[in-house]
Parts: sequence; structure tokens; C-alpha cells
Amino acid sequence: MSVRHGTIGLSEEQAALLESASKFCRDKSSIEAVRRLIDDELGHDPAVFEEMAELGWLGIAIPEAYRGAGLELAEVVPVVEQMGRNLMAGPFLSTTLAAQAVLCAGTEAQKSQVLPELVAGTPAALALMEPHADWDPKNIGCQAVRGEKGIELSGTKVLVTDAGVAKWIVASVVYEGSPALVLLDAEAITACKRRRETVVDETRRSFQLGLDGVSVAEDALLDVSLVPAALERTELAGSLLGSAEMCGGGVGCIDSTVAYLIDRKQFGRPIGSYQALKHPTVDAHLGIEQARSHVYAAAHTFENGREGEIAVRMAKAHAGPALAFAADRAIQFHGGFGFTYECDAQLYRRRALWCENQHGDALYHRQKLASLIL
Amino acid sequence: MSSPSKRERDEYRAEASAWFEENVPAQPDFMLPLTFMEVGTDDQFHFLCDWQNRVYEAGYLGAAWPKEYGGGGLDQAFQDIATEQMRRHGSPIMLNTIGLSWAGPLILDMGTHEQRERYIKGILSAEDIWCQGFSEPDHGSDLGNAQTRAVRDGDEWVINGTKIWTTHGNYAKYMILLARSIPDTPNKYAGLSFFLSPMRVPGIEAIPIRKLTGEYGFTETFFTDARIPGDSLIGEEGQGWAVAMRTLEYERSARGGQAGGLSIKVPDAEEVVDLARRARRSGRPAIEDPVVRDKLVELLIEDRGLGLCGARQRLAPLNQERPFSLGLSSKLMQTEFIRRLNEFAISMQGARAAYYVGDPDAIDDGTSQRSYLNAFSATIGGGTSQIQANIVAEHVLGLPKS
Ligand SMILES: Cc1cc2nc3c(=O)[nH]c(=O)nc-3n(C[C@H](O)[C@H](O)[C@H](O)COP(=O)(O)OP(=O)(O)OC[C@H]3O[C@@H](n4cnc5c(N)ncnc54)[C@H](O)[C@@H]3O)c2cc1C
Repeated sequence: MSVRHGTIGLSEEQAALLESASKFCRDKSSIEAVRRLIDDELGHDPAVFEEMAELGWLGIAIPEAYRGAGLELAEVVPVVEQMGRNLMAGPFLSTTLAAQAVLCAGTEAQKSQVLPELVAGTPAALALMEPHADWDPKNIGCQAVRGEKGIELSGTKVLVTDAGVAKWIVASVVYEGSPALVLLDAEAITACKRRRETVVDETRRSFQLGLDGVSVAEDALLDVSLVPAALERTELAGSLLGSAEMCGGGVGCIDSTVAYLIDRKQFGRPIGSYQALKHPTVDAHLGIEQARSHVYAAAHTFENGREGEIAVRMAKAHAGPALAFAADRAIQFHGGFGFTYECDAQLYRRRALWCENQHGDALYHRQKLASLIL
Repeated sequence: MSSPSKRERDEYRAEASAWFEENVPAQPDFMLPLTFMEVGTDDQFHFLCDWQNRVYEAGYLGAAWPKEYGGGGLDQAFQDIATEQMRRHGSPIMLNTIGLSWAGPLILDMGTHEQRERYIKGILSAEDIWCQGFSEPDHGSDLGNAQTRAVRDGDEWVINGTKIWTTHGNYAKYMILLARSIPDTPNKYAGLSFFLSPMRVPGIEAIPIRKLTGEYGFTETFFTDARIPGDSLIGEEGQGWAVAMRTLEYERSARGGQAGGLSIKVPDAEEVVDLARRARRSGRPAIEDPVVRDKLVELLIEDRGLGLCGARQRLAPLNQERPFSLGLSSKLMQTEFIRRLNEFAISMQGARAAYYVGDPDAIDDGTSQRSYLNAFSATIGGGTSQIQANIVAEHVLGLPKS
């Protein structure tokens, strides 16, 4: 098939989830709620997270055998998109991605134990990034060695989202010379040296995790033979959902900017009548429209091997700069107010910076694409 | 009409493919236009008229138009297949685009039975070439201010004024004409009427204008007491603006019903990738340059994204909040993309980027250079990109008028 053409489709479940998530996220994540949670140490409302679990959203892409709905990541996309649109916080994304990693590389025992818990609303997290700040998930410095206390861990993980509330953490390490994934339970997590990081997106809770001196049982290792595929899949799953979140964010950002352009008057007319503001706003809107097409195409083809990989990387490479542009212009178009903490434009711009740097930025994905399609 | 089965479509595709395989003409010894707006010589004109006529006679043009007026009476799916086969087999473009894609669907939609009988078949067969008389020297983007006058005189209308940028003005037998029949209306739009006007009557003179590429392709068209038949109106008198807006929807593909066929052949992103393999920078194939690679990937992403936007339009739940967004923005996105794509194609060619069509050392005979210059036809014609941006801002985002 030609690289020029992607395929897009929408399942009935996606459409239904889009509708319910759109309403849910609007109700639960007003801008006042977002701001209140920024100042809250926990950073999210556990009751809302629980409700999402009750709605079955944490199990959308988990097989029925583990109490999930047996659908695919494609069906998670509309949920994350609508969360992004309303700048909704909480460990939904982390838990979903951790669950996917367990599903992909976990042993049967691990899957049966952990997945139903996650589906039921136990928060989890993924610890992949390290101080070297390389997005390549196979570039791992943390070590796991067999010792007296079982599997002994060392090294540092950074930018571990939601490690503050996670009851399970999937961390990448090197074990016997190969990339491996270990499952940290609540006890091991408590044993880690945790430091809350100060990150650009204040709606997030992100942590550094010192693994030195922490040990886990042998059966905490995920199936080593499946790890390379799981790492790759996690990067793509994270990129897909991250793109969806950015797309939603773009729509939210443009809606609020447009409202201001209509409302605010200068020289006796609404500033939205000035083309110097109008046309870049159209550019921002069209950038997000294209990103949305890419995201739903990537969702549709996610499971199709190389085709899926191309579609996902394209979505991530497009959505990042599109949201960045929309939010950058949003600040400028609010004038002095745009420079304030009170103006919501900064929330979107910070969100864009955060998402862009999860699972690879646009340049990273374009470089991967260059070797895939040129 | 129930939609055709996969087997019916496959059979039709195979037939169409075989026909184009066999019949697509060899490249003549003159350059063929890549868009209907680039027809500048009589050789090109006659060659393309002949070709359109053969395609029509074979049934691959207007396949979905009603049989009683000369169409094929088939499902739209068949015409789409035929158009796709034209593209695949490198068919030259269909010359009579203004008839096939704008005037034709308008006449089928709003015309009287007599008007359809009179005009539709000639549009398809290329016997009757059509042009469009909207823009005037002093009123382009502000089309609603058009001042060409139409005055009723007995059985006729008398037309006075000047139209400009009239594509095919010197070849056309008919024009879709926007003129003011009621002067001094409080609202400038209310005085306009829309005519299906003959071009070969005394008092109409079309003077070719040379384009930025050095070729010819449109005219300045003068009306001096030109008399056209009284039944030339389409729509009611004073309703011309609404009819013109509908025509523009056809023109911008925001509304379906066109006869089909290729009207434009634009280089696509894959061809630019291919060029990057052949073009050389710093003594190496351009495609080895990391900056070129990055840009190529960016363009491929955008190219695919535009196609996906077209496909997404059919997924209703993904267009609920701003239902007209993708339709109203496709012209703006597509045409600006093509312009930038061509510009980039030139930038890869190193010092040879300085050559133009006709020089033996020009890469691909200067196609990129020519296509880049021609790309502005689409970012200006049919409503400029700036006007398109206003439309999206106002009708999609709800921003106030400028
Ligand atoms: C190749 C080609 C073929 C054409 N064929 C035909 C044809 O067959 N029939 C026909 O009737 N016309 C035709 N046109 C004319 C075309 O529709 C007009 O050129 C176009 O609508 C712009 O009008 P104008 O040339 O008067 O430019 P102007 O309206 O004078 O515009 C000049 C500049 O000002 C900008 N501008 C104007 N108004 C605004 C505004 N409100 N906000 C922001 N920017 C603005 C424009 O974007 C442009 O950049 C053709 C044009 C081209 C290039």
C-alpha cells in the first residue's frame, strides 16, 4: 500500500464512548476543578477515577478473561481524547499503559492477579524513562540481578507519572544482559526512594524513583522473551493515547480562544474580527483537524503491525506541533491576560510541552518514520 | 438505486482499466497542461477536446449523470472508479472542467428541462466548452459587488461590462455569467442575476492574458451591448448570488454531483520522494540529507492527513460539533499544501533548481518549477486562500466578520 494513504474507520463502540466520555469529562473536569486539583497534593479526585473504573473504562482494552471488555486500544482513544479536551487529571492513562505492558509481556499468573485489579480501579504506573532522557525504551541503565534477597534492583527512573498513587509499577531494567520488565508491588514501591518532580504540566504528578536497595521476588519479572515487543508496543500505545490527549487539548484550547476573540473588544470591535488573529486561529484549528484524522486512523490500524506503527508515529508527529501552535497562539491572542497564571492558555501550552515529551517528540517520530517509509 | 455489488464494481473496474490501458494517448510533441487552467495553445485545446470526447463516448465521463440528458445513468460509484482509472493510467486531464464540474451540476440541479436538454450533452462531449464570468477587474474577492450590467430589452438581455481571468474565455461557447440586473438595491447581493450566456454573439470579445508562466490560459472578456436570449436566466432574477454561491460549492468540491474525470494532475508527495532519490545535493542523493529526509516525512504526514480528513468526513460522529469544518476547509488545506510541496521539490535540486522548462539540464524538464508557479492558480482562483480562511473562521469557528 502507498505511504500516502491511510485508512480510517470508527467502531460503534468508539462512537458510543466518544459520546459518553464527552459528557462525563465535561461534567467532572470543569476548568475550576482542574485548577483546584493543580493545588492539591494528590492531583486528582479519587472518586472520579473510581467512577471511571465503574464505567468499565479501565478495562476497555483488557480481555474478558481478566474482567475487561475485550475491546481494543482504539476504543480507549475517544476517552483519552475527551479527557485531554477538559484537561482532566488522574492516573487513567498511566494505569491503562501499565495494564497494556502486563497484558503484553506478563506471565499468566501476573495477568490473572494484576489485570482484574487494574480494571477494578487500582492505579498503576509505568517507569521507563531514565536520567539519560533518551526516549528509546531499550536504552536502559537500571539493573536487576539475582541476589540473596531475590531480584535486587538498582538505578534511577525519572518522570514516572502517577508513582505517588500507583499500587503497581512496571519498570524497565536490564536483567542478565537483556531488557526486562519487573512488576513492583505496593511494598516495593514504598521501598523506593521517591521524589515528587516539578514538571511543566502542573496537572500531572510525576516522580523520580530510586531503585537502589529495592528487591522483588523472582516471579515479579515479566516474561523476558516478550519484553522487546512489549517495550515497542508500550511506546506506540503511549504515543497513540498521547496524541489523542493532545488532539482533545487542541479542541479545548481553540474553543476557549475563539470565545475570547468574540468577547474581547478593542478599537470598538471584537478582536476576532482582525485577520491577524483570525487566520492563525484557523491554521491552528486545521492543524488539530488533521491531527484528529491521523489519531482516529492510527486507532483504526493500531493492531496492523508496520501499518499501525506508521500511522501512530504520524499521529504523534503531527499532534504535538499542532497543539503547541494552538496553545502558543492562544497565549499571544489573550494579550496581557495571556501572560497571567489566571489565563487558561498557559494550561494548554504546558500540557503541550508535557505530552510532546512523552514517548518521543515529533522529531523523534519523524526520524523513525524516515527509516520506515523513505 | 441500490449501491452496486463488489462484483459489479470489480467488473466495471477491469473494463475501465483495460479501456484506458489501450486508449490513453501517447505524449504528443508539445507539452500537455496539468490543469484545465493551463490550456494555452490551439494544439493543446484540440488534443484535449478529442480526448475528452473519446472518454465520454466510451462511457467513462458523466457515467452517473441522467441518461435522458446524455449521461450514463449509473451509480456514482462507477464514475468514481472510472476517474480513479484515469489517474492510474496517466490520462490527460478533462478539458471542459467548468462545464463538467460547475456549470453541469448546477444546470442538472437548478436548470429547466429545456436547459438540461440543450446543454448537458455538449458539456460531456466537449463540443460545448464553458467558461465562468464572475470576477471583474475591480471586483474579485468582493464578488458580490460585481457591476457588469444586464438590462432586459424585449426578448433579450443586453449585457455591458468587463469580466476578467476568464479561464477558456477564448474557446468557450457558453459562459456562466453573474451580472447586475437590478441597480441600486439596498443590499448589493440582491441585484444580481445568473445567466447561461452564449459567448459567440456580437459585442463579446475575449482577449487572452499571459500568465506568470509565460503561457496563455485566461482572458479579459468585454461585453459591449451584447444581446443574449431572454431565457438565459438560471434561478429567478435577483437570486444570482445564491446561484453563484452554489456554483462555488461545486467548484470547491463542497457539494457533489460533478461529471467526474481528472481536472488537475498535481505532483503528489510520493513523486517528490522519488525526485529526492534522483536530485543531488552536495554530491549525494538529496534523500540522504537528514534535513531533506525530515522535511519529506513531514510532507508525507501532511499528505496522508489531508486524505484522511476527506475520509473522516464520512464518519458522522467525528464531525458532530463542527459539521462543516472539513468540507469548508478542504480547498484551503489542499491547495496550500500543493503549493508548499512544489516549492520544496524545487529546493532539493541544488543549483539546478535555477533551470526552467525547456532547458536540457532542467530536472524533469522543469516540472517542479512550472508546477509551483501554476499552484497559485488554485490558491487564488475559486476564492483566495485568505478568503477561504475568512470563510472557515466565520462559518466554522463562528468568529465575527472582518
Ligand atoms: C488561474 C486562475 C483562473 C481563474 N479563472 C477564473 C474564471 O474562470 N472565472 C472567474 O470569474 N474568475 C477566475 N479567476 C479569478 C479569481 O476568482 C480571482 O482572482 C479571485 O477571486 C481573487 O480576486 P482578485 O483577483 O480580484 O484579487 P483581490 O480580491 O483584489 O485580492 C488581492 C489580495 O487581497 C486579498 N484579499 C481580498 N479581500 C480580502 C479580505 N476580505 N480579507 C483578506 N484578504 C483579502 C486576497 O486574498 C489577495 O491576496 C481565476 C483566477 C486565477 C488565478
